[in-house]
Amino acid sequence: MSVRKTKHEMPEQPPRERIKNFKEVPYGYSKEIAIEEAKRCLQCKNKPCMKGCPVEIDIPGFISCIAQGDFDKASEVIKAKNNLPAISGRVCPYESQCEGECTLKKIGEPVGIGRLERFIADYEQQKGKNPPKKPKSTGRKVAVVGSGPAGLTCAGDLARMGHAVTVFEALHDPGGVLMYGIPEFRLPKAIVKSEVEYIKSLGVAINYDVVVGKTIDVEELMEEYDAVFIGTGAGLPNWLNIPGENLDGVYSANEFLTRVNMMKAYKFPEYDTPVKIGKVVATFGAGNVAMDCARTSLRLGAEKSYILYRRTEAEMPARAEEIEHAKQEGVIFKLLTNPIRFIGDEKGILKEVEYLKMQLGEPDDSGRRRPVPIPGSEEKIPIDTALVAIGQSPNPLIPQTMKELKIGKHGNIIADDDGRTSVHGIFAGGDIATGAATVILAMGAGKRAARAIDTYLKNK
Amino acid sequence: MYPIVEKKVLSENVKLLKITAPLVAKKALPGQFIILRIDEKGERIPLTIADSNRKGGTVTIIFLEVGKTTKQLGTLNVGDSLENFAGPLGMPSEVKKYGTVVCVGGGVGIAPLYPIVKALKESGNHVISILGAKTKDLLLLEKEIEAFSDEFYIATDDGSKGHKGFVSDVLQKVIDTQNVNMVMAIGPIIMMKVVSNLTKKYDIKTLVSLNPIMVDGTGMCGGCRVSIDGKTKFACVDGPEFDGHKVDYDNLMLRNRRFIHAEGEACKLAGAQ
Ligand SMILES: Cc1cc2nc3c(=O)[nH]c(=O)nc-3n(C[C@H](O)[C@H](O)[C@H](O)COP(=O)(O)OP(=O)(O)OC[C@H]3O[C@@H](n4cnc5c(N)ncnc54)[C@H](O)[C@@H]3O)c2cc1C
Ligand SMILES: Cc1cc2nc3c(=O)[nH]c(=O)nc-3n(C[C@H](O)[C@H](O)[C@H](O)COP(=O)(O)OP(=O)(O)OC[C@H]3O[C@@H](n4cnc5c(N)ncnc54)[C@H](O)[C@@H]3O)c2cc1C
Ligand code: SF4
Ligand code: SF4
Ligand code: FES
Repeated sequence: MSVRKTKHEMPEQPPRERIKNFKEVPYGYSKEIAIEEAKRCLQCKNKPCMKGCPVEIDIPGFISCIAQGDFDKASEVIKAKNNLPAISGRVCPYESQCEGECTLKKIGEPVGIGRLERFIADYEQQKGKNPPKKPKSTGRKVAVVGSGPAGLTCAGDLARMGHAVTVFEALHDPGGVLMYGIPEFRLPKAIVKSEVEYIKSLGVAINYDVVVGKTIDVEELMEEYDAVFIGTGAGLPNWLNIPGENLDGVYSANEFLTRVNMMKAYKFPEYDTPVKIGKVVATFGAGNVAMDCARTSLRLGAEKSYILYRRTEAEMPARAEEIEHAKQEGVIFKLLTNPIRFIGDEKGILKEVEYLKMQLGEPDDSGRRRPVPIPGSEEKIPIDTALVAIGQSPNPLIPQTMKELKIGKHGNIIADDDGRTSVHGIFAGGDIATGAATVILAMGAGKRAARAIDTYLKNK
Repeated sequence: MYPIVEKKVLSENVKLLKITAPLVAKKALPGQFIILRIDEKGERIPLTIADSNRKGGTVTIIFLEVGKTTKQLGTLNVGDSLENFAGPLGMPSEVKKYGTVVCVGGGVGIAPLYPIVKALKESGNHVISILGAKTKDLLLLEKEIEAFSDEFYIATDDGSKGHKGFVSDVLQKVIDTQNVNMVMAIGPIIMMKVVSNLTKKYDIKTLVSLNPIMVDGTGMCGGCRVSIDGKTKFACVDGPEFDGHKVDYDNLMLRNRRFIHAEGEACKLAGAQ
């Protein structure tokens, strides 16, 4: 029997329809398709795919359960390692993680591991999650700062080891970027909430409105808790640093997405937070964040949504699926362009952006060919809104207030692979340690830190 | 939930609420602020901590009703609770012994000025306070601030109390007659701009407290960015107080008008300033 060379497609909302709503784009696999897709897996003895999974899921293990139609068992196998499968199954950049290592890539497309993980997570959501067994209490207390994927994973794993875990979150909702950054149509907030409920069912307490470093210091947490994990993520948006960036109409991606996602500005005035978008929107950058901005703009009623990027499609850092979806929805890509100034009217309202055309030159340190401006190639386009999505620096609050913590030159907390920082008993992981990265890397960091914290507590 | 334990109506649309928030009260310092959300559908809005009581675990806020959220807040009463109340945020004021300091407050800016006046007095400064408002009914905390001031002046636009004219006229007189080491100004942007322009001529250190539009208040969204000496700063983590001589006030005014169309409350705000 020969193996099918391509992944089974995931049914999804047609582009014309979906740009009018905030509902999730792909519907997910049906049982039948999931079983067929699972059967493509060769059950390789050396499990190359697992090397690509930061949270160490037994990939062939859960896939073989699906192939046999035992979805409950598949769920158990995933849950043994991953507390948040409905999230990773949706937003993990699997093409460069597990699927990037899949043996099937030699003959065609890899097994749709991410899609299968999502299928199982959704199956479990619908069926109702089994309450986990409560382990014996160790009598140890751990504080987790930040409820993004790093913090939630660390908290969940520590709770399963029997430690009493309290999460401190600055905002009024849990999830970090999962809640305020990634849009509803890609990661429904009900799913994030339900995954967080699961973490709580493991015995984790979450306290909101606590800005660590302000409301309470890390030192004070150290007095009350046996160890602290810091997962405060990336904050401070980077700017283009070109003239006109403070004009009315220029937003950072974070502010725009936070208004829309967490504060539900798309339901204004039912919800109190407004957002203003206009007819033509230009997004700068080409990562996941940029795709989210450009696609959200269309859903808020923009007639034209541009992406301006200095390099070419090959260098775009976004997940392949996001770029594909953006194109289908009509986002206009202006590649090899570099903005040089924003132009406003006499009232200071954004009207235009001027940019230079670029060409690819010699490779830089990262091995990517460096974009160089073409002299005299200035062009202008009229725009109403500019969204700057060119990355974020680590959240400054804790580094600012805790001088003993060693900080890297980009403002990140220095931590080893297991999350140990320069201060005994304080661990850190996720975007605060690595700079803006991915959900799954943050989860992997939370997982390794939980293990290191457990060892630390046993030896303490 | 954060219960309201006291309410006072200070003037027609300026109200005071005392709220139980022990963690915030324990840490609050003059110059810092909180972000609150009334309910699940509410907007997050920043308000300065006007006073706090460590023992009682309460924080006092004083606000001008300008739009949806502040008006709704004004309808709440003792016994009601707020859904969220996070803080204290921002950097505290630089309170130390300067010598002679002039504290200038305009409109609701008088509320956040109060704890600073108190702290500056307690640090041994000679404190001169100048409060300004459109008309005398809009003045706040007169007695409270006077109690911690060595000299105390009032200016109203209509002359209904004190000097008829602007706070900057009074400040000019003070500068003409004595040596001033520091000026602290909180109020409408235009007032802070005028005060800063004046003190710049005499090279007097001037601090102002800025109020750009905020969302998270933790340095994540970049919405509160202000231009200081040509550099982008985030008021929620780097401020809200900045060197008055370095602020780009025109840009701040512009950016604060961003949602004016959506909110439809422009006239009210203009009226208040
Ligand atoms: C719009 C957008 C789209 C993205 N899309 C993808 C994607 O498709 N796939 C992918 O893999 N990655 C994506 N990413 C990146 C990914 O979301 C992040 O790498 C990941 O969320 C980092 O997790 P974290 O736990 O380290 O931090 P965060 O998710 O940033 O969470 C940090 C949490 O800590 C809280 N916090 C901060 N400071 C304090 C404090 N002082 N006290 C208490 N709490 C504090 C914050 O409020 C927040 O809740 C995207 C990012 C964005 C912004
Ligand atoms: C650090 C800080 C401290 C503050 N302290 C106080 C205080 O102690 N007392 C007080 O009364 N106000 C204070 N403000 C201003 C207060 O946050 C706004 O008045 C409030 O957010 C308005 O919300 P709203 O829903 O009632 O009005 P909206 O309906 O949102 O807006 C009404 C009008 O106010 C304008 N506006 C909105 N937000 C702001 C803002 N942050 N600054 C200026 N104008 C704004 C809008 O553009 C609109 O024209 C402070 C602001 C900051 C940033
Ligand atoms: S979490 Fe990511 S890397 Fe791991 S199996 Fe799932 S999709 Fe693959
Ligand atoms: S590498 Fe691919 S085919 Fe092999 S076990 Fe993993 S998923 Fe299956
Ligand atoms: S309010 Fe969002 S960064 Fe300051």
